[in-house]
Order: sequence, then structure tokens, then C-alpha cells
Amino acid sequence: MKPYRLAKGGLIDRKQPLSFTFDGKPMKGFSGDTLASALLANGQQFVGRSFKYHRPRGILTAGAAEPNALVTVGQGGRSEPNTRATMQELYEGLEAISQNRWPSLAYDVGAVDGLLSPFLSAGFYYKTFMWPAAFWERVYEPIIRKAAGLGKASYETDPDLYEKCWAHCDLLVIGAGITGLIAALSAGRAGKRVVLIDENAALGAYLLSESSRIDGQPAATFAGTLVAELEDLPNVDLKRATTGFGWYDGNVFGAVERTAGHVAASSGPTLVGRLWRIAAKKAILATGAEERPLVFGGNDIPGVTMAGAMRSYLNRFAVAPGARTAVFTTNDSGYALAADLEAAGVDVAAVIDSRVDASVVYGGKARLVRGGYISDAHGGKAVRRVDLWREGRIERLDVDSVAMSGGFSPVIHLACHRGGRPRWSDAHAAFLAPNGLTDLVLAGSAAGISGLAACAASGLAQAAAALADLGVTTPPMAVPKVEHEYSPQPTKPLWSIPGVKTKAFVDFQNDVHRQDLGLAVREGYEHVELAKRYTTNGMATDQGKLSNVNAIGLIAEARGVSPADVGTTTFRPFYTPVSFGALAGTSHGAQFQPVRKSPLHDWAAKNGAAFVETGLWYRSSWFSRPAEKGWRESVDREVLNVRANAGICDVSMLGKIEIRGVDAAEFLNRVYANAFLKLPVGKARYGLMLREDGFVYDDGTTSRLAEDRYFMTTTTAYAAGVLTHLEFCAQTLWPELDVRLASVTDQWAQMAVAGPKSRAVLQHIVDADLDNLAFPFLAAQDVSLFDGKLKGLLFRISFSGELAYELAVPAGFGESVADAVMEVGKVHGIQPYGVEALNVLRIEKGHVTHNEIDGTTVPADLGLAKMVSSGKRDFIGKHMLSREGLSDRGRPQLVGVVPIDPASSFRSGAHILEKSAAPTLENDQGYITSSCYSPHVGSVIGLALVKRGAARHGEEVTVWNGLRSELTPARLVDPVFIDPVHEKLHA
Amino acid sequence: MASLIPCPHCGSRPKEEFVVKGAAIPRPAPDAGADAWFGYVYLRDNPRGPYDEFWHHTSGCRRWLIVTRDTVTHDIYASRDAAKIGEATP
Ligand SMILES: [Zn+2]
Repeated sequence: MKPYRLAKGGLIDRKQPLSFTFDGKPMKGFSGDTLASALLANGQQFVGRSFKYHRPRGILTAGAAEPNALVTVGQGGRSEPNTRATMQELYEGLEAISQNRWPSLAYDVGAVDGLLSPFLSAGFYYKTFMWPAAFWERVYEPIIRKAAGLGKASYETDPDLYEKCWAHCDLLVIGAGITGLIAALSAGRAGKRVVLIDENAALGAYLLSESSRIDGQPAATFAGTLVAELEDLPNVDLKRATTGFGWYDGNVFGAVERTAGHVAASSGPTLVGRLWRIAAKKAILATGAEERPLVFGGNDIPGVTMAGAMRSYLNRFAVAPGARTAVFTTNDSGYALAADLEAAGVDVAAVIDSRVDASVVYGGKARLVRGGYISDAHGGKAVRRVDLWREGRIERLDVDSVAMSGGFSPVIHLACHRGGRPRWSDAHAAFLAPNGLTDLVLAGSAAGISGLAACAASGLAQAAAALADLGVTTPPMAVPKVEHEYSPQPTKPLWSIPGVKTKAFVDFQNDVHRQDLGLAVREGYEHVELAKRYTTNGMATDQGKLSNVNAIGLIAEARGVSPADVGTTTFRPFYTPVSFGALAGTSHGAQFQPVRKSPLHDWAAKNGAAFVETGLWYRSSWFSRPAEKGWRESVDREVLNVRANAGICDVSMLGKIEIRGVDAAEFLNRVYANAFLKLPVGKARYGLMLREDGFVYDDGTTSRLAEDRYFMTTTTAYAAGVLTHLEFCAQTLWPELDVRLASVTDQWAQMAVAGPKSRAVLQHIVDADLDNLAFPFLAAQDVSLFDGKLKGLLFRISFSGELAYELAVPAGFGESVADAVMEVGKVHGIQPYGVEALNVLRIEKGHVTHNEIDGTTVPADLGLAKMVSSGKRDFIGKHMLSREGLSDRGRPQLVGVVPIDPASSFRSGAHILEKSAAPTLENDQGYITSSCYSPHVGSVIGLALVKRGAARHGEEVTVWNGLRSELTPARLVDPVFIDPVHEKLHA
Repeated sequence: MASLIPCPHCGSRPKEEFVVKGAAIPRPAPDAGADAWFGYVYLRDNPRGPYDEFWHHTSGCRRWLIVTRDTVTHDIYASRDAAKIGEATP
């Protein structure tokens, strides 16, 4: 094996060797290596297969844009597919597995380059697999999925932790290269709150790879000095390994911080990711520039590397690319690399410069070729040779590595996230950020500036401008002196290269080559957005960081226009992929959403309740007894016991709102459709709340406990909505009314005690006389309990149709009061009942819920027309309720339904047809809104909304369930199945 | 939508704390007539530019606000308590 790792140099710690494996093969690296640099040091340039053609691919870059070197790292729930080897820090025991190869990296059966590639041209998705249609799901898709694709996500749960945070600052600087470091330091010295983030764990960006000297020090030492001072400033927050992924409204930036490097398999849950939202008064994007590949044949063969990346591996990681390198460049950066290669003892076969008139002065020994190109590189799993094309003649150069530089594209992604379009600059030969950005500026090479000193000056100037906007002057700071720099000034871009014979790749990750783009243009997909989708260029996980500008240049050239006329595709967050774990934060598993438990939850649980989730609440559904075979048996027993004796049910989850104020009565009178002004103290009233469009919004009872104090209940699901609605009315519509609202849902434990013996039960614990005259139907009062030991609220209201009460006590006393009710009720046969029995009881009584109040019903539809006050000048919903259509005679109306044969049944949602009508839309009469088995009636019963239903009691109909192909003969009846004259309520 | 909304009572807060209701238009007088009520309930402008909307600081002070928001740029120009609906936009 060739000695790729140089004997000295680099920022690696040779005293800390690390062992790792690649596809099971043991390898060695050092602390300070990335996985990519360690692989290269071990001679492993070939690290993956390409997406479509399964061509061998190597490490192309040294940074975030890496399209090829994607590996799976880690095991089990901690495995991370599609990890960019260039961004992964090496750690002891790292196990990396290559992707997109089968059965192995070296012998891949999908390497179809010569065989199937005619079928994989641009638009192949649309052309090849169109026919026969049935083949798509059964044949084509499974094959494509097996052949193409990236790493596989683990099915195991990620054991680690993620969190979300906000940060606020005066100045956010994104990117800690020379520009960002200088900008942050300048603002930091001025005392402002500065946040500096960088996607790498080591701050300094390209300064860590530079061989130039700055202020008399090596560039990396200079970076270290700046970082040290920044760390000492208490007003500066440095966030390493933190990628700024998006720019959002209000100058808020999204960033994801990798808080832990490697987590050992044996570790418990560890915080690994933090999602930041950073609200910045001003921000500087110092994200640098991305070097552009050159589109020559075989530019994807392992061993062909971006020039800047090769220089990074050489200088920062002390890894030589090989023994003999060809450098192909359109600008001066290739010379900086060549000089460093020669200094490290690597033979530079030639510096091939596409410019005829390059003015750069090169001090090295290497042969310089002006006006030349590499037209093709050759080799299989490693590059062996290149064709040097010059004035139509080809010369072969034997090399083992190739560096390429096609100029630089400023990294402007975030600046375009809020809708601005990049603009092409001929002077910079690049797309620059949109004009007219507010509170965000670009500096350094992200702004198209070349050269370290110029970048530093740009950072200083932009920091000063940003702080001047905030009314602060930055202290003077000298621009650092840079020695020995090849400053790559912008040069004429080189899109298509003459003499190319083999596949020349534009998008490495999605395997799009030059001819694909030509084909797209020829077939009419010449707009960049169309060409992108037709060829899939730029649609891989790297989102075209390396490929988009070349694709645009090639399309422009094919069309004979400027890149400005081709435009660019839209930049959207995220800049690089962000894991779902980080986006979910703590919201998963048991923490996915809050759990609301009633203060009587434990009481219900110890009495055998089965719970059902309704919204965030856990409600007791029924209370099984040992001999009972199914839930229906329990529910029937609970219902019959309420009708015969007494039952107790947890109704704490009903919304409870306390309303106070001199104008509380007037307020209620305006928000309810029925009259509330004259409700006496000590009385409850059923209230009907409409929406402004006239439809029913919610119902519930409101009790007047004192002259200026009311207690409102809402349905469980609408508790939050009703409070918000009332607040809207109080604050916005009638701010002149003196009224205050407070949710007291969680303050009270509330239990319904229902059944003919409920009075006898409660009289044991309520101090006041509950005689029918003393505490009649709809009485509502503060009461004392247990001989004055406890205060509570008692309401004589009934959902079941029986003599019934609701007792509210302070939440903390709920369980002991419910225990006491059970204890004193024992002799009266009391049993707990759940929401299933509650539902049966209310359907038997014909009471509506949101099954009937479904947003399409007005009071008259529900048989509640008489409740709507005609005397009130105004209330919410009054004015729209008088619309003609809402009093139409043909409207659906609430009606009861029973099957003709008590043994037959129907379900909610089934439709009502006339007796022998066919099930068609025209024949539809309405539908069942609620249904249950009624032990009182002895069959299934239902409530339904049926056209003119109130006038059709007694009519035979057919209940049609199309999903189950059921037709059930039934009869429309009065919706009140029990005690139609309400004797029980008043008993 | 804006990432932060300035509440006149609580200061600048994340938008997740708020719930939007829609156009901040005044409720007609009871006798305003059918057309006025129909317009209030159903008809909305869809302007390009500044727009007054009701926002509720649901997870904050629970006050209803009138937020003047640019439908194009998402900039927020003003935010005031909705009790001031009768007064002109500042
Ligand atoms: Zn607020």
C-alpha cells in the first residue's frame, strides 16, 4: 500500500491513534481525522456506488456538499444512514458500512453501465416504465427500489434525546471562516450579543487547510487565536457543529446542533441534537463558496477530487492523494494546490489551465499547460490515466489522482429561503444573493469576494455596518496581513469541455451526466425547473450543491443564452438534511402530547374503569365486574342501575368557566341564543350558544351562584374553543362590558350522581336540605359538605333524564368525596358508570351532543326552536339565523329511530331511506347521528337527522348501511325514549 | 408567517403561542341589515399587502390582538389590543 499519510504536518493528533472499520475491514486513523480523511489515509478512495449506474465512486469533497461518500455509521437504533464521511469525525471503534451496493462494494451486480444505460437516460422514469401499467407496482418499482437508493433507516427506536431552544442576539454570524471570525470578533469587542455558528466541530473553516501565513502565523494558528479571544468574551456564544439550515420570517434562523460526538453503544439515552431558533436583530452570512467540479468524461472515477478538498486533505489531515497528480483548473486555486502538493513531495504531472492567458506566476517545478483541458479520465475503481486535450490533440498522462477546480459558487442558500431569487453576475461568474435583503448581509466569499485579506476586510465592514444600524460603533481593527496566497479571482466559467468521449457527470449523487441535460433541452425541457425534474439533476439529498450551477451553465450554453436567462431553481430549507429526531425534539413516545387525567382518574381506576382517550383526556368508559363477558354487559348493567337505583359518573372533564362582573348577565344574554338576563341567583339554565352564522356552536348549563358570579359548563371537546370565543366577545365585540372570564376546569372535581335514589345518597353528605321544594330541579348553589368540613357546588341537572345532581368539589378532594359517595350510597345500590352508559342514558332521553351539533344544524333542527329568544335585540348568531334557508321546511330534523324487528340493528352513519326506496343520493332522507343498545327499550335505538323528521313520527323507513350492505326496516319515533313528560326530573 | 409576533402586553413572542381568527373587521350593528351581516360573516378581502387580522395570544396573556401583517412579505407593521378596534390603525 502506498504511504498516503504524510510523515508530518496536519492538525491531527498522532499521539491519539484510533481504530475503525470500513465494511468490516480494520483501519487506523488519528484524533482530528474525519472518516473521509482516515479512509483516504488508508488508501480507501473507493467508498460507494452511484445511484443509477452503480459506478464506483470516491470522496469528492471535504465538506457538507459531499455527494458520493455516504455511509451508514453506528448500530441499531443509533445507526445513521447517508452520513457524509466528510462531516463525520473519526472516533475509536467507528463502524462504517458502504451503501447502494449488492452483494458487496467490489462486486456489484447492478453495475449496469454498459448494459442497461440506454434505458436510463433523462426522463427514463417517464419513458421506460410506462407500459403495461400493472407492471409498475409489481415489477418496475421493486426492482428500481432494490437497485437504486441510499442507506436504509433503522426500524429500531432512536434511544437518544433531542431538544429545542430559542436564542436571541444582536448579531448572528453563520460560518466561522476568516470572514465570520473577524466579523464576530469585531462585534464581540463592541460588546454586542453575538452568536457565531459553524457546521464543523473545529472552528476556522478553510483556515485550517490553508498554507498561507496570516499576521506572521500559520493560518490555522491565526484562526485559533481569534477563536480563543471569542471564547473569552462573555457576550459571544460560539456554537460548534451547528448547521444553520434555514432563514425564516422575522430574521429567525433555524439551526441544528450536534451536541454529542459519538455515543457509545453501551450509553444510556444521551442528548445528541438541539434544534435552535435564533432570533437575530442582524445576521451575516459568511458561509464561503463551493468549488465547482469540471464536467469531463470520467470525472466521477475514485481519485478525482475537488482541488480545494485535496488541499484540505493534504494540509489539514496530512493525507497525500497519491504519488502523481494532474491538476485541472480554470482559476488560480489549482496553483495553490500544486504548490502544496509539490512541497509535500507529491509529483504533479501537470497543471492544466483552461485559460490561454492565465497571468498567474507559479513558483513550482510542475509542467504548466495553458489552454488545455482534461477531456476524459480513465480507470475503474481508481483513476489511472487522463487524456490531456489541447488544440484538438490528445496526450495521455499516467496519474493516480486528479484535482479539478471550475471556479467558485458563493454559498447563498439561506439568503434565498425567503423568496428572493439569486442573480447571475458575469463579473463573478457566479450566482449571488438576491438584492434588497433586510437584516441579513453576505460577507467574504459568500458575497463573491476572493482572497483571505479581502474576505477579512469584508467581515469587518459588514459587522461595522450591522452594528451601526443598531446604533453601535465597532472599535477599530486592522485587516490581517496575508502572505503566500494564490487568490482565485473569478474567471470565465468553463461549462462544456471539448473532446469528451465518456460520461461526464454533472450531478454525482443522482447520476445525471452532460448528455442528459442536452437531451432535456432538445426535448423541450429547457426551463431549469423542467430540466431539473426531467433529469432529476439537483434532486438528491445534496440538493445540487455541486451540480446546479454547472447544469444551469450547460443548459444556457445549449440554448445560447446567459445563465441569467436560465434562472435557478428555488432554494428551500433545509440546507443539509436534518434528522426527524431533531425536528420532533421531546415530542415522541409518552411525551408526544400531554395526558390530561381527571382528579377522579385514580378513583375510577381503583373501581375497575376501562379508559378511553378523548382528545387529551382519559375518560372512564365502563366499570367491568368479574363475571361480565364483554363491555356491553357492563354498560347495560350500569344503565339499568342508574334507572333503578343510583350511579356516580366522573364528569370533571366538562369545560368549566367562571364568569364574573357587573355586566356578566348582559354578557351571557348576548352570547347565548336563549335569555339569561333574568336567571335568578341559585338557578341553573341550559344554554344554547350559536355561531355568528346562526348554526349551533355548543351547549351546556350556566348557573348563577351570586349576583355577579356565574359558573358555565361546556362540552369536553369545546372547552378551549368556548373560552376563546367568550374572550373574543368580551375583549373585541363588547369591551365596554365589565366581565371577567377564567377557566376553572382543572380546579373542580365534578361527579354526576343520578338515579331515583340520588337524593337519598347525597343527603348523607350535603349539609343543606335536598328536599324537592328546598332544592328543586335546576337549583344550583354553593353547598357545605360533611358538617361544614368542605365547600362545594351542587347543581340539580340531569343528562340521563333521571332525578340527578352534579356535585363539584375542589379537585384535591375529588377522590375522597367520590369514595364517600360510594360508601354512603352502598345501601342505595350505587354503582359507578362510565361515558358509554352516560351516552346510552342521554340517547334514551333524546339529548343532543356534538354528534347532532355538527356545525350544520340550527336550533330548530334539534327541536330547540323555542329556546331561541325572540325578544332580544342582539345575540351572537341572531342576524344570520333568520336567513330563509335556515327555516326551510325540508331541513333535517331530530328524530328517534327504532328497528321494526328488535333483534335487528343499525349503526351511526347509516342513511335513512323511505320504506322501499332505492339507495340513491336523491332518495336520501338523512342519517343516524347516534345509536346504542338501549336496555330500557330492549333494542338498538338511534337519533337521526331526517328531512321534516319531526312530522314523520311513526313512519316506516329503511336504514341503509352501504359499507356493510345492510338494509334494516325501522320506524321514526319521538327522540325521547324515556319519560317524555319529564316527571323523573322533577321528582 | 412571521416567526415572532409582538404582543402589546407580553412583548415579542413565538408565533406558536398565537391563534389567528382572520380579518379584523368590526361587527355590524344589530339593525345593520342582511347585506351587512352577510358581508361580515362571509365576505373577505384578499389584499396583497398590509392586512389587519385578529390574533389571540392563546398561550400568553389571552388577549385578542389586531395584528397588521403584510400578506406578501409577512412583515408585521403593528399590533394592538383588539379592544381598540374602533380606533384607526396606528
Ligand atoms: Zn400577550
